Parts: sequence; C-alpha cells; structure tokens
Amino acid sequence: MSGHRPRTMFEKIWDQHLVVETDTQCLLYIDLHLVHEVTSPQAFENLRLSGRRVRRPELTFATMDHNVPTDNPFDVRDPIARTQIQTLADNCRTFGIELADLESPDQGIVHIIGPELGLTLPGKTIVCGDSHTSTHGAFGALAFGIGTSEVEHVLATQCLWQTRPKTLKVEITGTRRPGVTAKDVILGLIARYGVGFGTGYVMEYAGEVVRGMTMEERMTLCNMSIEAGARAGLVAPDETTFEYLRGRRFAPKGADFERCVAEWRAIVSDEGAVYDKMVVFDVTDLEPQVTWGTNPGMSVNVSGTVPDPASFDNPVQRRAAEQALAYMGLEPGTKITEIPVQHVFIGSCTNARIEDLRQAARVVRGRRVAPGVRALVVPGSKRVKEQAEREGLRDIFVAAGFEWREPGCSMCLAMNPDFVPPGERCASTSNRNFEGRQGRGARTHLVSPMMAAAAAIAGHFIDVRELLRDDDTERGAEHGTAHSA
Amino acid sequence: MEPLIRHEGLVAVLDRVNVDTDQIIPKQFLKRVARSGFGQFLFYDWRYTPEGEPDPSFVLNHPRYAGASILLARDNFGCGSSREHAVWALEDYGFRVIIAPSFADIFYNNCFKNGLLPITLSPDEVDELFRRAAREGYRLTVDLREQTVEDGDGFVARFEVDPERRMRLLEGLDDIGVTLQHEAAIAAYERDRKAVYQNVFR
Repeated sequence: MSGHRPRTMFEKIWDQHLVVETDTQCLLYIDLHLVHEVTSPQAFENLRLSGRRVRRPELTFATMDHNVPTDNPFDVRDPIARTQIQTLADNCRTFGIELADLESPDQGIVHIIGPELGLTLPGKTIVCGDSHTSTHGAFGALAFGIGTSEVEHVLATQCLWQTRPKTLKVEITGTRRPGVTAKDVILGLIARYGVGFGTGYVMEYAGEVVRGMTMEERMTLCNMSIEAGARAGLVAPDETTFEYLRGRRFAPKGADFERCVAEWRAIVSDEGAVYDKMVVFDVTDLEPQVTWGTNPGMSVNVSGTVPDPASFDNPVQRRAAEQALAYMGLEPGTKITEIPVQHVFIGSCTNARIEDLRQAARVVRGRRVAPGVRALVVPGSKRVKEQAEREGLRDIFVAAGFEWREPGCSMCLAMNPDFVPPGERCASTSNRNFEGRQGRGARTHLVSPMMAAAAAIAGHFIDVRELLRDDDTERGAEHGTAHSA
Repeated sequence: MEPLIRHEGLVAVLDRVNVDTDQIIPKQFLKRVARSGFGQFLFYDWRYTPEGEPDPSFVLNHPRYAGASILLARDNFGCGSSREHAVWALEDYGFRVIIAPSFADIFYNNCFKNGLLPITLSPDEVDELFRRAAREGYRLTVDLREQTVEDGDGFVARFEVDPERRMRLLEGLDDIGVTLQHEAAIAAYERDRKAVYQNVFR
C-alpha cells in the first residue's frame, strides 16, 4: 500500500471487506458470525419461512449462554428458556451450524469462547446478535453487535449493509497504579467522556498502557466500548496477540500461522493516519472505580463519594443523576467505602476469564466472605472453569464461602435463575448497571474482579489495595517485589 | 415490512436521557421465540408496579397518551443491549416514529429493519417539541418523502436520513431481497478473497 495515503487499521479492515459500495451504504463481507439462543430464533424462523438457506454455515458458530442455569445447566426449569435452548439446537442441526451445546467442552459465554477457540483472529469482520461483540476487537478484528434482522441477513447472505462509521483514537497514557485494572481504565474513560461519546465511531485504543495489557485485559477494554456508544473497539495486533493465538483450535497452524502473522502485522494504523476524533486519557491518577448510578458512565474513584446531582450543570443530566440516586437508594456525599453490599457477582463476558479469576482469588485467599453476603463466581466458559479448578482457584473461592458455578451469562442480565432481589445491592464485574438489569429493583455497582472480591470480604466497598498491602506486608519477605496488576 | 411514507399521530413524551433497551423491554421477555406480541411488555418495569398493576405515575399510562404513535425522547435513546425485541415492542405497542436528539447505533439500525422511523432533530428542536407537547392532544405529521416534521401550528423541522434507508422504508423493501441482487458480487468476492487470504475461512 506504499504510495497511498496513510490509513487507520479500521479503514484497512473495512476496505478489505467491501463487496458493494453505494453512495452511502457499504455491503460488508462477514468472516465470522457467532450465534446464541436469545437473538437468533426469529432469524432462523424467517429464513425457514422464506425458504432461504444459511449461505456459509462454516463461518457460523453457535453456543448457549444467556439462559443457561449455572447451578445445574441440564436442569432448565423455565419452560420458555428450555424452548429457546432446544430451538437453537434444532436450528443448528437443520442449517448445518456447529454448536457448542451444554455438553460440549467448548461451551461458554459467546465472547469468551470465540477468542479461546481461535475463531477470533486479527483482520476478521465478526458479528453476533449481542452488543458485547465489541470484545473481539481486542485482536484487531472489526467486531460489532447486530439485531435479529441483521442476524437473519448475515445467515442468508454472509454480508451486512453498513454506513461507514467515523474513527476515534483513544490514546491511553501514563502508568497504572497497582490494583487499577483494565476494567477501571474503561470505567474511568467512560466516566470522563460520557456514555454517548463513542456513538457513530469505531474506537481504536492505543498508547503505552494498551501495549502493556494482556489479551484478556484488552478484551475487557474492548468489551465495554459499546457502553461508550461505539460501534466497535479495536486494538492493533502485536506479539501479545500472536502468542495468545498460537495453537488455538481454529487458529491456523504451522507455516500457515507464520504466514498469517505476517499479514496480521500489517493491520496497524499507518503513521500519519487521520482520525475523525482523538482523545488522550492519562490513567496515572486513576483509582479502582465503583459505579454509583444507573449507567456505566456514573463511576467514581473508590476513595470518592456519591456525587450531588446539584453539581451537574446540565439540567437533563442533573435529573438523570437524581433519578439514578433515587433508584440506587443513595444519598449525595456518602463515601463509596460506606456502601454495603449483599451480593457479589464475579462473571460475565467482561470479567470471567482466567486472569480475572486469578486476581479475585488472590484477594480472597485465606479470607472469608462477610456474613450476610452472597457471593458467586461464574466462570466464563467450561475451559476457564476447568483451568481454574486445576490451578486450585475453585478451592480458594469455595473455602472463602463463594458459590462456584457452571459457565453462562448468569447474573449479568439475570435471564437465568441468578438474580438480585429488589432493593438489594450487588458488586458486579459485569458491564451494565441499568435499572433492573440484574433483577427488578436490583442495585448494581460495577467494579473489577479484585474490587468485587474485596467487597465480598469486607461486606462493603473497600479499596482493594488495602487488602493487597496487608498481604504484601505479610508475604513481602518471601516474594520480594510487591504488586502486579 | 410495512412502508412508511407519511404519518400523522399523537405524541407521547419520555423525558429521560439514556433510555436503554433493558428498560424498553426487560430481559424476562426475551425468551420468546416469536417476533410478535411484545407490545404488552414495553417499558414493563416502569409501566407496571411490582404487583403487576399499571403504575399511574408512568407517562404512557396517562389516558391523554392512549393511542400515541410518535414518541418524543431524549439523548442516546435505545442504548445498551442489541435486542431487537426493543423495536418489536415499540412497534407492537403502536409507535411508528421516535424523535430524539440522538440514538444509540444498534437500536437505530434495528428500527429501519422494522418500519419504525427514528428521527434525529437538534437539541433545540427537541426542547421546543417537549414544550409544545405539554399541550394535551399534541399531534405531529411526519413526511418521509419531504423529510419534515410539522405540527400545523408553526413548528416545521427538516430531518436528515440516509437516502437508501429512506428509500427502503418508503417502499417497504426487504433488505435481504436487495442484497441478493448483488449475488454475483458476493460470489466474486468470496472467490478472490479465498485465493488471497487463506486464513479467513476456517
């Protein structure tokens, strides 16, 4: 491409997938279509009614996650949920789509198994009837959520009509303090710029902080791009990406893999590429975050207090803050660390990978869940669960009084039997604190896995760094250096 | 899909920012495998008390808004989950048009697939409409061909909409039908792509 104008990585992927371009719409080819039980039945039904087939079943992969009970996945007591799960199995059989069903060792949350299986690869276009499809952007894939009509469209044509989004570069700079995770970075970013700041854009995360992140951290970051309204999040692939992918089940093997790596290295934004908007976010002063309101942008540092709605200049925002505090049952000025929790949920496509569980277990080890707190760990996939069990993490959680569950979306959206009762408070590692998200009247506070673990131990929010410091004081002699976050 | 050319109807107002799709249609109603019948669950947690009685304080339960087909809303309407059930619920309830200063991306796309027209007006125009809609029985006429919203009493606004989406809505075209007319291009793309990028096809 030398001699051409410099392009962003988004433009490179986009241009490579253009099948038809009209004045304002682009027909984009889709390389991977992930399917789950909740947003697909109506799409398959329409396909059947119109006598259409699935154009490329081998580019389609399905699993069951949203509805699945996590105490005993095979005992789906809700008859409507059972119908939906059965319907997906029937549709996959009819249309020839590979399905990781409840018996499969590959089953798990769709955005966790895609990367795990090596289905998610740099440069691909990936869609799924789920807004958190943005997760896969961590690999340098252009990945976004779609509605059920679009699911049907991709099944039938392997393509999708799209308007070209604008580009937004988010450069993340500075040095993360210990205890400040990728979750805190993305919550801090959305708190700073607002839940609508990414609308109409594809966000590319760049900067030294992103380069230093593991793949799992990058997934957490990209996962919540949609909470800023962005169509997708992107991270340029690098050695960290390639090392993660090497040997994965569907990733290319041997010489093919090396050839792909050479291609993937080109999926980076060129020097001098022009973005429609750029922001620089310095994380040096960022603390672990806790949300106080009813959208993911309503978060503060753990050392902070619940804000006063009167402090918002914009009357619409002020009213939103008042409504949020009324729903959350919080008074302005309350210290975050004085807010008690009754439930703790460690799980979801945002934070249920092995590193998340390791970090939480590190906090939990040798401690007990506070009286009156119900704490759940729901691993993101069967593989994550098995690995955690091999590493002894399950034993740490269970000994501390956590419930250890089977994989699924679980309490993130409470479509299965796991929910938070009205008026009760949950420290949750999920992605949305919307009204009623975890159950009608449930009050959700979004946090990192370490912060959720710390809240489970303390019975209220607490700066996890206090617990980590205690550990380091005790263990400092044997381990030498202290933190790794 | 039912075409939408010109629509005249009663305006209901929802004066909240960031109305997410979890509010529009709560998750307990996403387990159905049909596309119809979601209107009864629209805004369920706001519309009904925990005991299942209509909550008189929720705006859509006010008798003055019975039969409303145009919803006036605030910024970032439809954010959050991609669930198209939100659009199915709004449409099944009787809405054909939603007016707001901004919409969330996926929701906006979903509207066009179902004959629901999302109209973006400037914050000032939306503020003005909120003022005017305080009047009981406030009605608007939306003309998609002319791309105008007017109340017959001095309010006229022009809105932008992607010309192709507009055309498909005016004619009630099925997206898949349109795409399949490009079958030759899709097949050619697949052929070329496979030759160059082996890795893409697993």
